[in-house]
Amino acid sequence: MSTATPATAIQAGDIVTEGHPPGKKKARRGIKSYYPTWFFIPALVLYVVFFALPTFSSFYFSLTRWSLFDSTFIGFQNYVQFFSDPQLYTSFIHTLVYAVITSGAKVIIGFFLALLLTAPIIGRGYLRAVVFFPVLLSTIGVGIMWKALLDPFHGMVNAVLGFFGLPQPGWLTDPNLALYSIAGIDIWKGIGIATLIFMAGIVAIPTEYFEAARIDGAGAWKIMRQITIPLTRGATATVIILSLIGGLRSFDIIWVTTGGGPGFTSDVLASVIYKQYQAGFFGLSTAGNVVLFLLVTAIMVPLSYFLNRKQVEL
Amino acid sequence: MIRERRRAWIVGSIAILVSVVVFLIPFSFVLLQAAKTPAEASNLQFSWPTNWQFIQNFVDTLNSNDGVVWRAIINSAILTIGSVVLMVAIGAMAGYVLARKRSKWGPVVNFFVLAGLIVPPAVVPTIWVLQGLKLFGTMQGMILIEATFGLSFCILLFRAFVGGIPRELDEAAVLDGAGPIRLFARVVLPLLRPVIVTVVVVQAVFVFNDFAGPLYFLPNSDQVTVQLALYTFQGQNLSFVNQLFMAIFIITIPPLIAYIFFNRQIVGGITSGAVKG
Repeated sequence: MSTATPATAIQAGDIVTEGHPPGKKKARRGIKSYYPTWFFIPALVLYVVFFALPTFSSFYFSLTRWSLFDSTFIGFQNYVQFFSDPQLYTSFIHTLVYAVITSGAKVIIGFFLALLLTAPIIGRGYLRAVVFFPVLLSTIGVGIMWKALLDPFHGMVNAVLGFFGLPQPGWLTDPNLALYSIAGIDIWKGIGIATLIFMAGIVAIPTEYFEAARIDGAGAWKIMRQITIPLTRGATATVIILSLIGGLRSFDIIWVTTGGGPGFTSDVLASVIYKQYQAGFFGLSTAGNVVLFLLVTAIMVPLSYFLNRKQVEL
Repeated sequence: MIRERRRAWIVGSIAILVSVVVFLIPFSFVLLQAAKTPAEASNLQFSWPTNWQFIQNFVDTLNSNDGVVWRAIINSAILTIGSVVLMVAIGAMAGYVLARKRSKWGPVVNFFVLAGLIVPPAVVPTIWVLQGLKLFGTMQGMILIEATFGLSFCILLFRAFVGGIPRELDEAAVLDGAGPIRLFARVVLPLLRPVIVTVVVVQAVFVFNDFAGPLYFLPNSDQVTVQLALYTFQGQNLSFVNQLFMAIFIITIPPLIAYIFFNRQIVGGITSGAVKG
């Protein structure tokens, strides 16, 4: 408080000296100085030091062989290595596949779950709670839990499949399957957020629309196609954007379930960044980071522009 | 009417049945393993424990490996409280001025706030910065990092909320002789209470559950957080599967409590934060 007193005095004085011509304009300008610009400073310092500076310097360090203490400029060698080494390059494809699958499934399943959970059915409160709860759980805990459930020999999922005489795949150990199994776990954990956002969107539609459509003789399918889907476009855009960002940056769930394996079949950019960091290849790791940065920007900027424009047209 | 009610029953029952299979059985699987003896738990079977030792496992897990779980809980609590307090204070200040002050810098600031939400952090250069500041591997450094990563979300939420507070209130306070600090601390901040609760709960759950952050920036074993402890636990203690699942249960307790008490705030925070993002 003591630092504020002189500032207050000066500004109060300003108003007094300028206060001769009374008018709204002067009063507005007076109040404007009551919003101190230095309120930005703590946020600015944190943002610049711990976010902007690392991000910008990553462009330089990705062009070096780097030991954290000294760096040698080697040009685009890290990027050449990244895109010519299949063990690294495939992580780029996996990241895209993973993000598209999880995001697409969250949009579709989330929408239908939201339809269900906004309809008059019994046990609605319980269902909403149970669908949302995994969102709050630690990804590590969820990963360990599903690793046990999907265990090829002891796991419950395969025990049930075996009971019905169905094939029992090695969900997390089959190279062709691991990435998709992890995507499934990710959807299981994150579907609650998508459902919640769609529910908010559906609830916001005026009920008169549905009533009018029903009076005009529209069936459930037609109401969904003509009213619910178009009028929840904002929610759809939000779910797509959020789940794509999350999917592209996904690390925890992959690291705890397979560690990028078997082989490199479930490696994504984020896990490659960690592996190269662990191995001491800091320049290469940072190059991976820049690739991820560019991928996220290249997808998110045009996409959010497109989705927001569509929304305005509505 | 009767037809509709019957449909509410049938659809609801099917949904409840599916939810039991998809959600409740996995949850109860964790609880059952956590109550078993080590030998029995290692079978990973969905069965009732023959020898019920839930409390015993709870205590054992907390004390195992020189009480690493205990230490992890304390560290996670410090990290969560420290970073959330910091980001709420800083985010509220910035969001407030951003909502009130019209300036040509507004769009630039907005761009950077959004960038903070979307752009993946550059991890190794962040370690380099932390080392330069002698903060690498320290709790203070980790708190600052978590606060930075949560800042964009906080600023967006605070700005949106302050926009809904009438300016006349500020003018009245100024006429009554309030200075800039007093205006913020005594008039605006109390009005922000609902959004502060939202931000605190959402970010606390987020920081508490963060794994990648501490993995990179807190490599010392004595500053392990619950997520790191759980991760190393699954690598080491293959013969104590019961304790592994008990550890999962223990670290689920704080988010569970948060959910029971702040259900509405969590839900509101995620939807409003999402719509703005």
